[in-house]
Amino acid sequence: MSDPIIVVGAGLSALRTAESLRKNGYAGSIRVFGEEPHRPYNRPPLSKQALSEGIEAEALAFPLRASVADVEWELEAEVVACDLAAATVTTSDGRTHSMSGLVAASGIRPRRLPIPGPQTGRVLLRTIDDALHLREELASGRRLVILGSGFIGCEVAATARALGCEVDVVSLDSEPMIRPLGSDLGAGMRAHHEEHGVRFHLGRTITEFTGDARVTGALLDDGTHLEADLVLEAVGSVANTEWLEGNGLDLSNGVLTDEYLSIVDSPIPAVAVGDIARHPNALFPGEPMRIEHWNMPTEMGKRAGATLASMIAGESPTGKPFDALPSFWSDQYDVNLQSFGVPGSASSYELAEGTYDGDCIVEYHDATGLIGVIGVNRTTELMPYRKALLAREP
Amino acid sequence: MITISVDTNACNNYGQCCFEAEDIFALDDDGTLQFVPQADDSRLDELENAADACPMQAITLNR
Repeated sequence: MSDPIIVVGAGLSALRTAESLRKNGYAGSIRVFGEEPHRPYNRPPLSKQALSEGIEAEALAFPLRASVADVEWELEAEVVACDLAAATVTTSDGRTHSMSGLVAASGIRPRRLPIPGPQTGRVLLRTIDDALHLREELASGRRLVILGSGFIGCEVAATARALGCEVDVVSLDSEPMIRPLGSDLGAGMRAHHEEHGVRFHLGRTITEFTGDARVTGALLDDGTHLEADLVLEAVGSVANTEWLEGNGLDLSNGVLTDEYLSIVDSPIPAVAVGDIARHPNALFPGEPMRIEHWNMPTEMGKRAGATLASMIAGESPTGKPFDALPSFWSDQYDVNLQSFGVPGSASSYELAEGTYDGDCIVEYHDATGLIGVIGVNRTTELMPYRKALLAREP
Repeated sequence: MITISVDTNACNNYGQCCFEAEDIFALDDDGTLQFVPQADDSRLDELENAADACPMQAITLNR
């Protein structure tokens, strides 16, 4: 019997790639290694409902379709090395596993900044276990300092205010979520947060945590001291690519793939999917992009499964190059943000409807024309924009 | 036949499912999701895509 396809990472992209391998005729074995003790589960609720209402891991788990019932899940198993030329991966327990093909789906982890001071009381949010820990810590009335004003920081700020916590957000950026929203919509979102009592310290960073055994405060670079019972660090992410080093791959920001999501320069059939993949997109020609939006693992899994099934069968990938429209959503208070395209890559933007601090639609452009749109409480009205973006297809 | 159910407590009316099967899922004028509760087996691929696309994972299919 031939060696299995090995999937490194057990998140949404791993699941969708496995389903697609089956759909595209691959009948051999599939073995997934995941560091967490959980099978694939849905992460968006972790910054919202899981914090405000609590949630069981089982309730977030994606259903496993019959086609992937025979996939082997090796959980709490960390892949520490990969030798593509030898077609093996090595796990932290020292075992080496042979493979016929590889799915790199190891995702991202929160970036840590080397800030001196006590470690206890500093938390991250990426996994369900992180969310359950954070929920325990967010007992009503606690003083929360959030380092970082991206989506995770802002969603947690909104959830924590609803739970009655005091919230300070510290960020080097000049407005929250400035990439991809731009400064005007970022300022509009800041106004929503400020109305709900969040205090922003923008253009600032934390130089030191104060306290003895546990954090009791954060010292900012302008000398301000914020009292804190808890600090959430949400300053972006790092792609988990260390295990792929030594194979001559381009790992400069995630794993570089071709237009079929096949890993560039791999000597064996290998694809990269999800947050870790830096990929071309036929809708937006130019530099390959690494996009951490929720809809991408599903779209990439479908394309990558077809690609890998072809390569394992000794054929070249067929069909359309990867061309999914990136999309994200965010809920903060009664504000629903919805985005299509790549607004973060825009060279200019303009307000198409409404006001930046109310309900609105903002269009994002570059030299090629419309490349993104973001609506605030405007789901239905975004549909023509979505169609226009999909019509960019060459 | 495929029976379609939507957990309306979980549904946030993002409308992602509508892109995958426009005649089955639609947002009405108030932006609230409306859907046809049954579809032919031939629609399985589209319906699975719609269920996959739901950020709240609110769509369940039964055959």
